[in-house]
Amino acid sequence: MNTIQTQDSLTGRERENLLRKLKQAQHDFGYVSKDMMTETAQSLGLSIGEVYGITTFYSFLSVRPLGKFVIRICKSIPCYMQNAEMIIACVADEIGIKPGETTGDGKFSFELTNCIGACDIAPAMLINHQVYGQLTPGKIAEILRGCE
Amino acid sequence: MPEKRILLKNCGRIDPKNIDTYLAQDGFKAWQKTQKEMTPDAVVAEIKASELRGRGGAGFPCGLKWELAAREESDEKFLICNADEGEVGAFKDRYLLQNDPFTLIEGIAIAAYAIGAGKCCIYLRAEYHYLLDGLKNAIAQAREKGLLDGLDIDIHEGAGAYICGEESALMDSIEGKRGEARYRPPFPPSKGLWGKPTIINNVETLSTIPHIVLNGAQWFHEIGTEKSTGTKLFSVSGDVAKPGVYELVLGSSLKELVVDICGADNIKMVQIGGATGGIVPYSMISTPLAYETVLGSGAVTVFNESRQVIDFVYRTMDFLAAESCGKCTPCREGTEAMIEILGRLATGDGRQEDIQALEDLSGTMMLSSLCGLGQAASIPVLDTLKYFRNEYETRIQQSLFLRSLRGRI
Ligand SMILES: Cc1cc2nc3c(=O)[nH]c(=O)nc-3n(C[C@H](O)[C@H](O)[C@H](O)COP(=O)(O)O)c2cc1C
Ligand code: FES
Repeated sequence: MNTIQTQDSLTGRERENLLRKLKQAQHDFGYVSKDMMTETAQSLGLSIGEVYGITTFYSFLSVRPLGKFVIRICKSIPCYMQNAEMIIACVADEIGIKPGETTGDGKFSFELTNCIGACDIAPAMLINHQVYGQLTPGKIAEILRGCE
Repeated sequence: MPEKRILLKNCGRIDPKNIDTYLAQDGFKAWQKTQKEMTPDAVVAEIKASELRGRGGAGFPCGLKWELAAREESDEKFLICNADEGEVGAFKDRYLLQNDPFTLIEGIAIAAYAIGAGKCCIYLRAEYHYLLDGLKNAIAQAREKGLLDGLDIDIHEGAGAYICGEESALMDSIEGKRGEARYRPPFPPSKGLWGKPTIINNVETLSTIPHIVLNGAQWFHEIGTEKSTGTKLFSVSGDVAKPGVYELVLGSSLKELVVDICGADNIKMVQIGGATGGIVPYSMISTPLAYETVLGSGAVTVFNESRQVIDFVYRTMDFLAAESCGKCTPCREGTEAMIEILGRLATGDGRQEDIQALEDLSGTMMLSSLCGLGQAASIPVLDTLKYFRNEYETRIQQSLFLRSLRGRI
C-alpha cells in the first residue's frame, strides 16, 4: 500500500499534498483505509484523528470501500424541479440498492449529491467523473448497461 | 438593456483545445500590452478605475483588493482562482472553463503581475474533474508559446465540499485541512494562504480582466450602472424554456432575462444568487439585475405557480445545513433548528409559534455566524416570509386542523 505518488506542491509545503494523497488512495483502492490514514498522519506528523476528520469532511473521500462505478445523482432544487426524484427511484430500481449503499458485487455505489453545476441539463448525475444530463428512465437503463 | 457578449465573445468561436484560434481573436494582446506598457501599479489603477466588482458572489471591488495585496511586502504572494462553483444553480464558470480557458489564463497572468504573485493556484471543484485535462492543456499551450514565463500555475482539485468556495475555507483546504471558515481579520490580501498575502478571485472576474486592460477602464465603466459596471454572466435554470448561460449588461431587468430571453411564463418567484440568494416575487419582475439590488453569483432559478414555497425553503435549508462546515455554532445549530421547523411545516405539523421562531433564529444567525453561509442562510426564509407569508400561515392553520382531527391540539 506504499505506492502513493504525490505531485510536488505549489508552494513546497508538504501538507499541501495531503488532499492529493487521500484522493489518490480513494482512486486506487476505492476508499481511504485505516492504514492509509495512519500512514499519512505519521508521514506528516499529524494525529490520526485529524486525518480521519479531514477524510470524512469531503464527500469525494470515503472510509468505506465504494464500488467501481460511483453514481452521484443531483438532488438540489433545479434538478429536483426536473423530476430528479423519479431518476433516483429509477436508478434504485435498476441496481437494486438505496442511496448510501454499494451493490454486493462491488460494481455500483449510489449517492445523492448537491448541485454539480449541470442545472442547464437537469436532471443530472455523475458516474465517477463523467457527467450525464437530461436524464430519463430510458437513458438511465442505457447508461447503466454501458458501465462495464 | 440588451444582451452583450464580452466574456462570451470567444465561446463557440474559438477551439478551446487550440491556442492559435484564441491568438487569432486578439488573444493575449492584453497580456502583451501589460508587459510592454504598464507597471503593476498602472494595472491596479486601471482595474480600480473600471470599478469591476467580484463576480463570485460578494461583489467586493476588485481593484481595491488588488491594491491591498500589491502594497504588502512579502517574500511570497499568491493568486488563487476560485473555480469551486458550488452555488446551487450556478454553472457559468464551468461554461467559461469549457469554452474559453485561455481568457482566464490571460487574466491570471495579468492579475499575478499586478499584485506581484509568482505562484497561482486554480482551485477546481472535484465535480468538475472532467474539465481538468482541457484546462491543463490550455496552460501547457500558453506556456509553450512563452506566454507564462516566470509564472507557476497549479491546479488544485477539491474533494467535494460546497463551503470550500468560501475563500478562507478554500485556503484551509489547499493547506490540507478540513475546509472551515477562518476568523477575520486578518484578511487574505495581508495574510492568506500559508499566512502570505493572497488574492482570491472568481473565474469570471479574472476572465473580465483582459477585456478591461485591452479596451480601457473608461470603456468598461460606460457599460452597466453607476455602481455595477460591465456585463455579467447569468446561469438560468428551473421553470424556463431555455436554461443556459447568458451575458447581460448590468442593470438589465430580470424580466428581460427570464421572460424575454429564457421564455419563462406563469412565474411565481425567482431566486437570484443560489441557495442563499434573495427572492424576487413576480410582482417585482422588472427589478434591475445589479449589485444595488440582487445579483450574487448570477445564479437565477425560476419557479412557476405550481411550486410550493415551503417545500422550496425546506430543501434549501437542507442543503445549507448539510454544507455548513460546522465550525461556528450559530450556523451549525441554526440551520439544523430551521430544518426542524421547516420540516414540520412541510409535513403539516407546524405550530403557531414557528414563524416567530424562524425570525428570531434568522436574526441571530445573520449577526453572529463566522462566514457568508450562516450569515446569509436565512435570506430565503426571510424573503419568502416577506412575500409569501400567507403560505406559511396556511400551513400552520392546516397543521392545527390536522392535529385537532387527531385529537391533540
Ligand atoms: C458559502 C460560500 C460559498 C462561496 N462559493 C464560492 C464559489 O463557489 N466561487 C466563488 O468564486 N466564490 C464563492 N464564494 C465567495 C468567495 O468567498 C469570495 O468572495 C470570492 O471567491 C472572491 O472572488 P471575487 O471577488 O472575484 O468574486 C463563496 C462564499 C461563501 C460565503
Ligand atoms: S441542481 Fe442539479 S446540477 Fe445544479
